[in-house]
Amino acid sequence: MSRTLHKDVAIIGGGLVGSSAALALRRMGFSVVLLDKGFCGAQASGVNYGGVRRQGRPPEQIALSQRAHAIWPRLMDLIGVDGEFVRSGHLKLARTEAEMASLEAYAARVADLGLDLELIGGIQLREHFPWIAGDVTGASLCAGDGHANPRLVSAAFAHAARHAGVDVLEHTPVSHVEKALDGFHLSAGSSTEIKARFVINSAGAWAGPFAEAFGEPVPLHAIYPSMIVTEPLNVFMNVNIGAEGGGIYARQVERGNCIVGGMRGEPLAEPDFSRPTGSGAVTIMNRAAALFPALRHAYAIRFWSGTEGEMADRNPVIGFSRTTPNLIHAFGFSGAGFQIAPGVGEVLAELVRDGESRTPIQAFAIDRFARTTQGSRADSEPEPQKRETAQ
Amino acid sequence: MSDAIRPLIVGAGPAGIRAAQTLVNAGIRPVVIDEAPSSGGQIYRQRLVPDERSAKDLYGSEAAKAIALHGTFARICDRIDYLPETLVWNLRDKAVDVVTGQRTRRIAFSHLILATGATDRVLPFPGWTLPGVFTLGGSQIALKSQGCAIGEKVVFLGSGPLLYLVAWQYMKAGADVAAVLDTAPFSAKFHLLRGLFAQPSVVLRGFRFAAELMARGVAVHFGVQPVRIDGTTRVEGISWRERGKEHRLACDAVGYGFSLRSETQLADLAGCRNIFDARDRAWRPERDSAGRTSVSGVYIAGDGAGIAGADAAELAGERAGLALLDDAGLPVDHARIGVLERKLASIQKFRNVLESAFPFPESWVTSIADDVTLCRCEEIAVGDARAAVRDQGVSELNRLKALTRVGMGRCQGRMCASAAVEVLASACGRSPDAVGRLRAQPPIKPIPLAVAAEGEAA
Repeated sequence: MSRTLHKDVAIIGGGLVGSSAALALRRMGFSVVLLDKGFCGAQASGVNYGGVRRQGRPPEQIALSQRAHAIWPRLMDLIGVDGEFVRSGHLKLARTEAEMASLEAYAARVADLGLDLELIGGIQLREHFPWIAGDVTGASLCAGDGHANPRLVSAAFAHAARHAGVDVLEHTPVSHVEKALDGFHLSAGSSTEIKARFVINSAGAWAGPFAEAFGEPVPLHAIYPSMIVTEPLNVFMNVNIGAEGGGIYARQVERGNCIVGGMRGEPLAEPDFSRPTGSGAVTIMNRAAALFPALRHAYAIRFWSGTEGEMADRNPVIGFSRTTPNLIHAFGFSGAGFQIAPGVGEVLAELVRDGESRTPIQAFAIDRFARTTQGSRADSEPEPQKRETAQ
Repeated sequence: MSDAIRPLIVGAGPAGIRAAQTLVNAGIRPVVIDEAPSSGGQIYRQRLVPDERSAKDLYGSEAAKAIALHGTFARICDRIDYLPETLVWNLRDKAVDVVTGQRTRRIAFSHLILATGATDRVLPFPGWTLPGVFTLGGSQIALKSQGCAIGEKVVFLGSGPLLYLVAWQYMKAGADVAAVLDTAPFSAKFHLLRGLFAQPSVVLRGFRFAAELMARGVAVHFGVQPVRIDGTTRVEGISWRERGKEHRLACDAVGYGFSLRSETQLADLAGCRNIFDARDRAWRPERDSAGRTSVSGVYIAGDGAGIAGADAAELAGERAGLALLDDAGLPVDHARIGVLERKLASIQKFRNVLESAFPFPESWVTSIADDVTLCRCEEIAVGDARAAVRDQGVSELNRLKALTRVGMGRCQGRMCASAAVEVLASACGRSPDAVGRLRAQPPIKPIPLAVAAEGEAA
């Protein structure tokens, strides 16, 4: 028996972007259905590294990032959990003079954007962060950045959306979506038909076909950032660590486990799942043991990887479709979506309500790829910061 | 072409040794990898250092089998590549990553025989994480391998044939066995009479263990419902309920377990299809009567393929070895295959009897209180899992793991998943097979961050 839902907004993809948009829209009074082919927040939104980081983003992302920055400390009010959010600071290491120069250049470029970056020389670094070993030339500290637990935050947004009255349909893949005279028609799961005035395509690494169905092909491909987790250790790492030029990022949670990333995994036969490679995991483990003496005798207890959508220029697509009125895209966060996603959710809700957002998003227009023959690379180092192909 | 055959066997217990022997007899040189320092598996585990104990002391009624198996391994040892104290921590694309000490390397294989065995199925109850509490298997290892008892005054608790075997071994070794607490009612043991025809020696041996324990004054209680292990910093006693009355006994160690659970992570990493085994109340790799999994070239034998015991493991190991040879186009003895399969089928029938005689304690899940630790690695209580079901609508095991951290710690669910499945299924009103299974991820067990990687071996 099939059923037909009539909603103001249908959201395809229950990751952090889709869930936060659903929650924001519902609170504005819209009727919303949130659709996910699996569990909400089970893909990149729930299994990313967990960096809540503005530092390192290209200048065009900073306004959006600042908007999200204001949301993170309010999670408890917003979704009922704090998501283990810690404002630990984000310390980006430079291992060469050239990398330090690059950090300095970045700091100058975003000087007016409110990140309050602090450049730290080698001696000062060893004094303040004696637990970092090796030839580190210097670093850039963004004291207001931090980290959080993705598997809690993403699920909690979806849960809060459901609690607020959003129809959350999990294990309900959207098989067809089209625009008719009376709005969008969607077929989902085995027996659900949906009619909606607006559609938000927030399907992450799976968003490409939905965009293409409306005549907007995008250079989106899947990446598989992979992490390792140590056994719980005495807490020594009091800041979220990144590195200019990439190769390693690390944080330690309150319980004592260190989470370290920097390499890519590979997909399994079942395309929704991926797994770190053995050699990639060993590379991350060795890098961590070399950089942090406290980890030299530690054990890795767990690895994981997830599927993430990356754009050719590593900037996301956010905004209205250029072909289809009332269709809104928000995907392709390229390994750096976790921090900004709650801000994106608010922006998407504004787009539905007002037709525009108070936060500038022109840089993320979907037709930017049609305008240039080759996408210009954003000179950012999103996590994972360096494209590395595991052997 | 036997040159192209480079089989890898994981596990040097009864299944792994018989599989290796079968391949060696056909002129093939397998790689045999085992976590233990010496061969024999858990059941025929060898002493860490030589002592005055004889095989009879160590293995009791199974001494002849142990001697034969160890003898076989000694004879084939120079015709296999044996890697003891080596952990297979990853498996991908017809190769395994193994760590020995601080070195990791990748070993390619043409065929894989998984003989990874089993560990105790543990169900939490109050006090189960106190120092002095061991699994039945752990209690047995301490005795066999290290020649020491887990305590001065020991209580054994749970269900399964291992309960009586370990208690009897402790008594024989001179330990003070304070009591045997069987969670199954005495009436369940009548099922064993049905098994007298199938496996008379096994049944009679079991009766003998129980009879000798009782004759030596060891109290054997049936229909026991464990209440708690008493103690503050270590085990001081155990309390249980029996026919409505609560009893307490002082002791300084408890060995317990509820049958066994298969070690299936490597089969999972190999991509083998799984099925739910209602008898074991657990998922296990799908296999045919020869041990072929759903993945071509991957075979499974022994308790890792579903619980069937050591005798079945020897037969299944040989059978899997023959299947590998047959699939590789080498000649095999079909008469021998017939014998092996008939014996294995007979043991399988007998397993049904054993499961009736040592049933899973169905009432455990409803009696267990919210404040009991469910996942000891991550320190998650039973109530936390129930709350996730109640408040967040969780009805699937991986989702439970993601939201509560159950199964996310050092053991990766190897110890807690059996109980987590029961708690989850009961709390959301589903059957244990309907809540899914934890997806295996490398590393199978913890590995050092500072491991040094070596080049790939042939």
